[in-house]
Amino acid sequence: MLALAAGVFTIVAWRPAMAPIAAPAANSFDPASIKRGAELAAIGNCAVCHTAPGGREFAGGRAVPTPFGKIYSTNITPDPKSGIGQWSQAAFQRAMRFGVRRDGAYLYPAFPYDHFTLVSDDDDNALYAFLMTRTPVSAPPLADRLPFPLNIRLLMFGWNLLFLHPGPYRADTAHDAAWNRGVYLVDGLGHCGACHTPRNALGAERADLKFSGGEVGGWTAYALNESSPAPVPWNAAALEHYLRDGYDDSHGVARGPMAEVVGDLHAAPTQDMHMIATYVAEEMNHAAPERDAVVQGVERQRERGQTGAAAADSQGNALRAVDTKNDEGAVIYAGACAGCHEGPRALPYGGIDLMLTSAISGPSADNLVNIVLYGLPAAEAARASIMPGFAGAMSDAQIGALARYLRVRFSDKGRWTDIAKSVHDARSRARVAAASHPVVVEPPSAATAKQAHNEAQH
Amino acid sequence: MKLSINGSQHGVDVDPRTPLLYVLRGELKLNAAKFGCGLGQCGACTVLIDGEPVFSCVTPVALLAGKQITTLEGLGTPERPAPIQRAFIEAQAAQCGYCIPGIMMRAHALLEKNPHASAADIRAFLEPHLCRCGTHMRILRAIHRAQAEMMSANAGGSG
Repeated sequence: MLALAAGVFTIVAWRPAMAPIAAPAANSFDPASIKRGAELAAIGNCAVCHTAPGGREFAGGRAVPTPFGKIYSTNITPDPKSGIGQWSQAAFQRAMRFGVRRDGAYLYPAFPYDHFTLVSDDDDNALYAFLMTRTPVSAPPLADRLPFPLNIRLLMFGWNLLFLHPGPYRADTAHDAAWNRGVYLVDGLGHCGACHTPRNALGAERADLKFSGGEVGGWTAYALNESSPAPVPWNAAALEHYLRDGYDDSHGVARGPMAEVVGDLHAAPTQDMHMIATYVAEEMNHAAPERDAVVQGVERQRERGQTGAAAADSQGNALRAVDTKNDEGAVIYAGACAGCHEGPRALPYGGIDLMLTSAISGPSADNLVNIVLYGLPAAEAARASIMPGFAGAMSDAQIGALARYLRVRFSDKGRWTDIAKSVHDARSRARVAAASHPVVVEPPSAATAKQAHNEAQH
Repeated sequence: MKLSINGSQHGVDVDPRTPLLYVLRGELKLNAAKFGCGLGQCGACTVLIDGEPVFSCVTPVALLAGKQITTLEGLGTPERPAPIQRAFIEAQAAQCGYCIPGIMMRAHALLEKNPHASAADIRAFLEPHLCRCGTHMRILRAIHRAQAEMMSANAGGSG
C-alpha cells in the first residue's frame, strides 16, 4: 500500500526534462529586451544571491542559510555545462513560474519562485534575454547541505501544493494601474516578503502575517506594515529615496542584507521604484492613526534638542529619566558614539540622530548589536557611509550596557530582554559575514554615468 | 583609573568618557598613535586592545579596565625594532608617515594571528586605513617583508 502511494506520488509529482538547446547567439535577442531584463534583474536582486562573495556575477555558489540547512545558489550565466546555457525560454519560464529545473527536478523555495511565479511572460522573456547574453562562467554548482528527507527534491511537490499559487499576476480591478504595478513588483520579482514576512514551520511565508517582519542571516527585516517600528513613519518619497540611494535623512542608512538590495536598485527604473515605494508606504500606514502622535512627539523632542535625557513616550508627554552621566552605557555612548551621532555632518556621511533609527526602536537588539560590533564597512572604490565597528574595543557586557542605555534613552519602547543572546549570536557569526555588506552611496546620476562608462569600455 | 599599556600600569585621573587617544598623547606622552579624523574613519590612531586593532580616538577609557593596551611604542624601540617596524624602515614605506603607526599596528595584529595571511588578506584587512601620500605599494611590500621575517624567525625558533 505504501509502495503504491509512493508510486502514485512519484507519477503525479514527476516533471519532464525540457530538451537542451544550443545556447542562442547574443545577437538573436532584441537589445531593448536585454535592457529591460537588466532593469528587472536589478529589481529582482538576482545578482545578490547568485553571486558568491568575491565571485563572478551570476555564477552562483553563495550559501543561502535556511533553518533546514545550507542551500547554494546556482550558476545562471549561459554556460552550457554548469549554467543555464542549455535552457530554452520555456524552461526558464517554467523555473520562474513553477520552481522546476530544466532537467525536471524541483527547485527549493530558497529560490523565491513563490514570488517569481507572478512575473509576466514578457518580463520572464526579458530576464531570459538579459541572462543569456551575460558572459558564460564555468562554475559547477555546489552540493546543498540538507538532511534527509529534505534532500529529496520531489517532496517540493507537496510544498508547492500547499504554498505555491501559480501566476502570472492578475490585476485587482478595484485598484488603479499604478497600485497594481506596485503590487506586481513588490510581491513578484521584488520578493520583499521573502525577508519581511515571517515563515511557518515548513519555511513558507505566512500569508496571514504579510510584511510583519522577518529575520535573515542574523538581521531583523523590519515590519513593512502598520507595525513598522520606524520612529518617523515612512512615506513614499522617503522610501523611494532610501531604496534608490541607500539612505534617508529621517530613517538612516541601509545596512546588512538590505544594503545589498539597495545596491542593486540603483539600476532600476525611476518609475518602477516610485510604484514600489508608493505601494509599500501605503501598506505601512493604512491602520495606524496613533503614528501621527508619534511623529509629533519625535519632532518636538528633536526641536528641543532633548534626545532622550528626558525621553517622551509615544504620546509625547510622560518623561522618563535616564542617568546620562553615571550609567555605564551613557559613558560609552558619550565617548564612542556621540562624536558622530550628535555631530554636525548630515547623512549619509554623518551619524544619524539615534532617535530616528529602527535599530533602536525595533523588536530586538540584533541589528543594533551587528552594527555596533562590525560597523558599516567601507566599500571598495566607491563612496559609502562608514561606521567603525567596536568588536575589538567592547566586551559583551559593555555592548549590553550600551544597548540597554540606547533603548531607554532613544526610544519609547520597552526594554529588550534578549540583548545577551543578540550579542552572543552576532559574535559567533564570522566577522566577514557580518561585514560583507558595504553600503554604497552615490547619486544615481553618478552611478548611471559609471555604468555607461563601463559599457562603453566593453 | 588604571590602564595597562605596553605591559605597565598607568594611573590616570581623567573623565571615563575621554578617548584613549587623548590619554595616550595628552597624559602619557605616548605619541605614536596619531589624531587624524577623530571619527574612527582614517585609522591613524589605531592601537591594540587585547591584540585586536581598535581606533583609539573613539574608544573611551571606560571600556578599558582590565584590558591590555599595546601601542607602537610597545612593539619595539629604535634600538630593537619589531619586525614590522624594521620592515617599514627598510622598505622606506613612509612618505609623511602620519598614517604609518596605525597601519603598522593593524598589520602586526594580522600577522600575529594569521602568519600565512595572503596578499589579498592583507589588503582587505588594511581597508580601514587611509594614506594620502600614496605609498600603498611600499606599505604592502613592507608588510610582506615583515611577514617573511616573522615566519623565518618562527621556523628557526621551533627548529
